[in-house]
Amino acid sequence: MADHTMSEPNRRDFLFLATGAAGVVAGGAAVWPLISQMSPDASTIAAGAPVEVDLGPIGEGKAITLKWRGKPIFVRHRTAKEIEEAKKDDAAALPDKQADSARVKAFEGKAQEKWIVVYGNCTHLGCVPIGFSGDYNGWYCPCHGSHYDNSGRIRKGPAPRNLDIPEFAFLSASKIRIG
Amino acid sequence: MAEHHSSYVPKTGIERWIDARLPIIRLMHDSAVSYPVPRNLNYFWTFGGILMFMLVAQIVTGIVLVMHYTPHVDFAFASVEHIMRDVNYGWLLRYMHANGASMFFIAVYIHIFRGMYYGSYKAPRELLWILGVVIFLLMMATAFMGYVLPWGQMSFWGATVITNLFSAIPVIGDPIVTWLWGGYSVDNPTLNRFFSLHYLLPFMILGVVVLHVWALHHVGQNNPTGVEVKNVAKDTVPFTPFATVKDLFAMVCFMMVFGWFVFYHPNFLGHADNYIPADPLKTPAHIVPEWYFLPFYGILRAIPDKLGGVVAMFAAIAILAFLPWLDTSKVKSGKYRPTFKIFFWIFVVVSVLLGYTGSQPTDKVVLALGGRTILDMVGFAQILTVMYFAYFVIALPLLGLFEKPKAVPASIADSVLGDAKAAK
Amino acid sequence: MKIASRHLVAAFALLGLSGLAAPALAAGGAEHPPAQKWSFSGPFGTFDRAQLQRGFKVYREVCSSCHGLEKISFRNLSQPGGPGFTEGQVKTLAAEYKVKDGPNESGDMFERPGRPADRFPAPFPNAEAAKAANGGAVPPDFSVIAKARTYERGFPMWLIDIFTQYQEQGPDYIVALLNGYEVAPKGVTVEAGLHYNKYFPGNKIAMANPLVAVIDDNGKPNDPGFYTDGTPVTREQVARDLAAFLMWAAEPKLEERKHLGAKVMLWLLLLAGLLYFTKKRIWSRLEGAH
Repeated sequence: MADHTMSEPNRRDFLFLATGAAGVVAGGAAVWPLISQMSPDASTIAAGAPVEVDLGPIGEGKAITLKWRGKPIFVRHRTAKEIEEAKKDDAAALPDKQADSARVKAFEGKAQEKWIVVYGNCTHLGCVPIGFSGDYNGWYCPCHGSHYDNSGRIRKGPAPRNLDIPEFAFLSASKIRIG
Repeated sequence: MAEHHSSYVPKTGIERWIDARLPIIRLMHDSAVSYPVPRNLNYFWTFGGILMFMLVAQIVTGIVLVMHYTPHVDFAFASVEHIMRDVNYGWLLRYMHANGASMFFIAVYIHIFRGMYYGSYKAPRELLWILGVVIFLLMMATAFMGYVLPWGQMSFWGATVITNLFSAIPVIGDPIVTWLWGGYSVDNPTLNRFFSLHYLLPFMILGVVVLHVWALHHVGQNNPTGVEVKNVAKDTVPFTPFATVKDLFAMVCFMMVFGWFVFYHPNFLGHADNYIPADPLKTPAHIVPEWYFLPFYGILRAIPDKLGGVVAMFAAIAILAFLPWLDTSKVKSGKYRPTFKIFFWIFVVVSVLLGYTGSQPTDKVVLALGGRTILDMVGFAQILTVMYFAYFVIALPLLGLFEKPKAVPASIADSVLGDAKAAK
Repeated sequence: MKIASRHLVAAFALLGLSGLAAPALAAGGAEHPPAQKWSFSGPFGTFDRAQLQRGFKVYREVCSSCHGLEKISFRNLSQPGGPGFTEGQVKTLAAEYKVKDGPNESGDMFERPGRPADRFPAPFPNAEAAKAANGGAVPPDFSVIAKARTYERGFPMWLIDIFTQYQEQGPDYIVALLNGYEVAPKGVTVEAGLHYNKYFPGNKIAMANPLVAVIDDNGKPNDPGFYTDGTPVTREQVARDLAAFLMWAAEPKLEERKHLGAKVMLWLLLLAGLLYFTKKRIWSRLEGAH
């Protein structure tokens, strides 16, 4: 073998560099479809299109859970008393400070304080909290004991954040579009 | 060459540390860098590398397809269409996997015939060859079960026909078929177990490939002269960069053929009927296996007896394993065997024609004289089947005894340098 | 050795291609469909958007009462490489269909207007209903029909097809079938409920000529304004438009595939060229290299 070793082993050869580079590009490009195929496919994206929710049937003091993009979304119709409590707690020691008014949306310039729309997954590790329970009569997560108030704000327990609010908008006073 | 000593010298401290504990870098260096290969290998020797590439490509595309496929009779067909329509690059992955099977077989057939022409099965490479036959069998099983998974008409009826082969076994045939099906017909249990095995077998292939390569690196490669390496310095070159770059070039050329089908003719190698969802109540007018099974299918149909046909078909594959002992010639390479050459090429043509008979309706007329059928497809296949087996059990044993081979070069280096001089 | 290699190459090429027989559609007796010219054939082929839209109209108004399109969603009609409807058009179109959904709170299934993400609703609730409504023959679903129909090309055409990339047997067959209704030749009895078609395998097809809905027996359009883009309404044209639409339905990623193919093949060609010279360079270090 010894007599066949390269005659100019250290020569920087443009040809070799170009070949190597072209090969690396080809290899890199070949990996992309393998990665991309794991992203949400077209049918998943289409099925996750915005949905409209009629708020009419949800009576005062009641809440519904609907499924959107595979996750629960809580839509809660708060009573005047609950709204008042939530506003009063704006001044309390909140782990994730947020005013109640920042957690509701407006329709035609008027804040729709009655309606709380939140993702129904605890911000700790994703369990679904139970409604109208816990120390603050908001939500209570049985997995690791997080307490949320009726505004969906974290008050006690390991969860780091308030319940997330999905993107939504009021189409009328009694209809919202989520997404 | 059989006992070449490791030339690996760890350069850094980390390499030395690793080498003292797990000499894996040494192993890779010795088998992929310094491994000496005969300097006169032609491009037919690149198909081993190409096959390795195809195996990896099939495993990788297969693993990602499984992320989207549903092995259930009600959803399998729809999930394949889902892959084709909705999954990002799903069409590419599925077409690569489907056409990849065909490319795999094209490469393996070239690889096998190359071995047969240059006598690569002869001592000391008998085990190497037999491991290759095992890989071939596993490939056939894998390909067959994979073809069932889309649950189209050809999937279903192919599975029915092939599993029914086992019913030819006397007494226990029918219970075996029921056991294979997990029911009274090819149905959901069958699909599920085929899916499971289709996932398992490629890894078994990979395992046997490791043995195949191990055996290869132990005995060293055969070469077009069939003369063993005598002087490593003169007869061989280090695997890297010489064989590596040659293999890579061949691989990229092969990928272009692959790409031609995947991008421009993705359904050419398949059957239109497999785009019709499986219907257990309706058989397609003309059931044909995938092209790579056709020669064996031709042998199966040539024998009018059910059990006989099945035995003949499996024997046609099994006989390959006995090749090292059926060929009695002292000379390895067909290059120096003028009579063998003729028989080899006849054998190649016979194999191709057997494939042709397998693709045609059995009652098709091959030869007619004055309106009278002299030879139909079955008769033709019978003649070819006899010729197929005759190559192994008559031609090869006798050729070794009676053939007068041409002079074999003294060494690989002599042959190469002789050629170079002749060219000038 | 060089000569031996060349023989080997030729033989292996032959062998590799030996068994690639085109799949047979069915028993003989049917004529070969004439080959059409298609905008989507060849390595750079693309669909003709207007043709796909016309074909969709034909499907919707002529075929959809019996033939489903169950793998296709409304949204597909606006995706790249397709008929090129706008998302707004698709939304409107989807809403014209009634889609079964549910169950609702009281446990009942209900119908609602379609949404882009919905599939085309099936014309029959199940295969048995389809059978009962069509004299025992189930009208096949049209999602992949253009890939599920073919005819035997025969030697050596199938071999040549590899290089010419001819693969439009499906659409050719669909056009031929729709133009293949004829009076049965003498001596052929066509049973009640069947119709003579010279391109259908076995020649007797359960489906009556569907294009009478658009073209009358004299070849005149029932409604000359059937196409709003000014395309003449002839039987041939209508059949071709439908076949093109069905080809798209069967292979919606055809354009993406061919576009990517061109890039990949070019890159491989470049890489092969570079590797060829690299290989030559490296091997030139050897004495007596070839």
